[in-house]
Amino acid sequence: MSERLTCDVVVVGAGMVGAACALYAARAGLDVALVDRGPVAGGTTGAGEGNLLVSDKEPGPELQLALFSLGLWAELAKELGPAVEYEAKGGVVVAAAPEGLTALGDFAAGQRAAGVTTVEVAADRLHDVEPYLAPGLAGGVLYPQDCQVMPALAAAHLVRASGARLLSGRTVTEVLRTPRGTVLGVRTDRGVIHAPAVVNAAGTWGGELAATAGVRLPVLPRRGFVLVTEPLPRRVRHKVYAADYVADVASDSAALHTSPVVEGTAAGPVLIGASRERVGFDRSFSLPAVRALAAGATRLFPFLERVRAMRSYLGFRPYLPDHLPAIGADPRVPGLFHACGHEGAGIGLAPGTGHLIARLLSGGVPELDLAPFRPERFEREAR
Amino acid sequence: MRTDLAVIGAGPAGLAAALAAAARGVRVTLVDAGPEAGGQFYRQPAAGLGARRPGALHHQWRTWKRLREGLDRHIAAGRIVHLADHHVWCVERRSGHAPGDFAVHALLGPEQNEPAVVRATAVLLATGGYERVLPFPGWTLPGVVTAGGAQAMLKGGLVVPGQRVVVAGTGPLLLPVATGLAAAGTTVAALVESADPRLLARQARGLAAEPGKAVEAAGYGVRLLRHRVRVLVRHTVVEAHGTGRLTGVTVASLDADGRVRAGTGRRIPCDSLAVGHGMLPHTELAETLGCRVDGGRVHVDEEQRTDVPGVWAAGEATGVGGAGLALAEGHLAGRSIAARLTGARPDEHGGKRAAASRAALRRFADALDHAYPPRAHWAEQVTDETVVCRCEEVRAGAVREAVRDLGAGDPRTVKLLTRAGMGWCQGRMCGPAVAGVAGCPETVTRRPFARPVPLGVLAREPGEGQV
Repeated sequence: MSERLTCDVVVVGAGMVGAACALYAARAGLDVALVDRGPVAGGTTGAGEGNLLVSDKEPGPELQLALFSLGLWAELAKELGPAVEYEAKGGVVVAAAPEGLTALGDFAAGQRAAGVTTVEVAADRLHDVEPYLAPGLAGGVLYPQDCQVMPALAAAHLVRASGARLLSGRTVTEVLRTPRGTVLGVRTDRGVIHAPAVVNAAGTWGGELAATAGVRLPVLPRRGFVLVTEPLPRRVRHKVYAADYVADVASDSAALHTSPVVEGTAAGPVLIGASRERVGFDRSFSLPAVRALAAGATRLFPFLERVRAMRSYLGFRPYLPDHLPAIGADPRVPGLFHACGHEGAGIGLAPGTGHLIARLLSGGVPELDLAPFRPERFEREAR
Repeated sequence: MRTDLAVIGAGPAGLAAALAAAARGVRVTLVDAGPEAGGQFYRQPAAGLGARRPGALHHQWRTWKRLREGLDRHIAAGRIVHLADHHVWCVERRSGHAPGDFAVHALLGPEQNEPAVVRATAVLLATGGYERVLPFPGWTLPGVVTAGGAQAMLKGGLVVPGQRVVVAGTGPLLLPVATGLAAAGTTVAALVESADPRLLARQARGLAAEPGKAVEAAGYGVRLLRHRVRVLVRHTVVEAHGTGRLTGVTVASLDADGRVRAGTGRRIPCDSLAVGHGMLPHTELAETLGCRVDGGRVHVDEEQRTDVPGVWAAGEATGVGGAGLALAEGHLAGRSIAARLTGARPDEHGGKRAAASRAALRRFADALDHAYPPRAHWAEQVTDETVVCRCEEVRAGAVREAVRDLGAGDPRTVKLLTRAGMGWCQGRMCGPAVAGVAGCPETVTRRPFARPVPLGVLAREPGEGQV
């Protein structure tokens, strides 16, 4: 089957970021086609926990994007209603030892200066905030702005709300260009789609898509496992994690890192992350990785010892070498825009990313400085 | 504990393999969830029930006695260790260790809180099968049981599910269930089979591969007549009725395409409905080990080897075919393991009879598969209000909405958008139902934990004392 389609913009990738790009582009008056080789939320979006976090971000461009996105998420949640399971639950970061608490306090002070709301929680008050936490922790910081959504539902409802044409089960094989290098559209396994603009929201596979347009974008997969428990009455109120999580996120090591991240969900199960390892697209189950997750979680919340893990799933975070996403127009290929490489923060950063991309597509001025996210920033290192 | 061979499952396949391997000098540990060996097929009444003639409920009682005596002999001689009440949640190929280093992780039943680990050089997966469950309006009412469940109640507890039972669905299991219930004194109001008997006739050649089975089937027929059981072929249960408890079912006739013929519905009062739609292989342990699984069956070669070195599979896990086939496959697997563990090739001549029996029984099983296809268009009877996933209480309407409005086109996305299959059973029960209602083909679901495991157990790497 082959057909010809024409539209204003083709968004490649029907994950959370692609859904947000489609939504805001459509709202800017553009005719949008959203293409994915699989279904909605079939990649990293469907394998994540749905974190909308400021707590794990150091002051800088990513934190500014996160704050901008959080505002948009609150609007979207109002619009989409309870279906997306948006919860403004807040995050709690705990430190086991006094040295860790000092470092955490300094980190939080920096965030506060950048506009994040932080509340220090002394050791003797931790159990007022999280009654089932392990005894003997040194203290923590409460981040009331941290939120959660159910990512697959959020992406699906955003796509529906966008009114964009969803072309799922269709693989983009090439970004089409004129002889002078300007974007013409995309070739798919089921025909050509003509458009003057293409948005690369292919997540972990964004590097492959960029390559079909003749440009380099070094997106690498960083595997993560999530453990899911049996459904429980609400015992974990916030998203709770240990202070060393931030160091793991920022690490460049390929080896397995795990730091406990524990949170309850609206549906009842407790989700336990977060492991990080660079093993390519290896989908095999790793008992050592989930053992480490279970060990970390039971250290934070001893009651979890007797709670059963029902399942575990894995996903591949789209990771760029400097841990910042690629957002913006690609000067190497006029008409090509990138919105990928958000690592583990894509759900949270999606609305901001989509909003900024829509601004660019409709010729407006983006609300944030996009210089740190320039997609061509890795050119020099390659030479 | 360390062993040469860990056999997972003590049904016909696992027992046959354990005996064949032990007889050839292999140290075997038989790991099984049941309190007694035998699996579902040779399920025994609990000793306390004082059954006088348990054999009355079993055909092939002599085969079972032979297996049981062989097992006892090998246990007494120290060649087989039988670990009952061990519920395996994961078989791990220990990377970084020598090849042929497996860890079988189990929970001790029935509480399943305490761990046990068996380290083995080779593993045989004889994990059996489970019943395919397809929903219809009213199927969640108390009084509706699976056909296999009814049989297990009979065999294991010597109890019957009700006073007046309808047996329905499709497949060869319905016959022994109906006759077993009738013999136990229950009134079997009807046996409702959706398959067309002409399909059975068309498979005559494949079925002739096992003349003994035809005699067995004829025996069931005679017993059904004796108990005056009404047999309705090309019929289906379209709805189960009752408020709080089953009071009756509506059955209707099917046309050549498997669609319900309008106006043919009639009500049959009953207090119990045993419904079955065939069996599916248990493949989770194989999938987590990375074994190739084709069309829902663990792929094996002539020696019952999977494509993962050191892992064999036999019985229903490699394709549903009944106890006879499982015995033949298990025996061949045991011979292969004994040879391969010493670096030899299995003696082909010695396994000739089992191989011939396996070939004939596989032809027979394929013929049955064709004769008893799951009914086409069954999903059309499932109303939007019908619950399809019991654990998460997801109704058919929500599944259809996810497909129609939210862009789900495969079982995984349906699950993500509706929670169908996210609950306690992890889609084992509702997987085929959800895929059918969604109108998409079933895909392999990865379930790294074959059963739920306490985080405290998962968190602790087993110490050397335990392994």
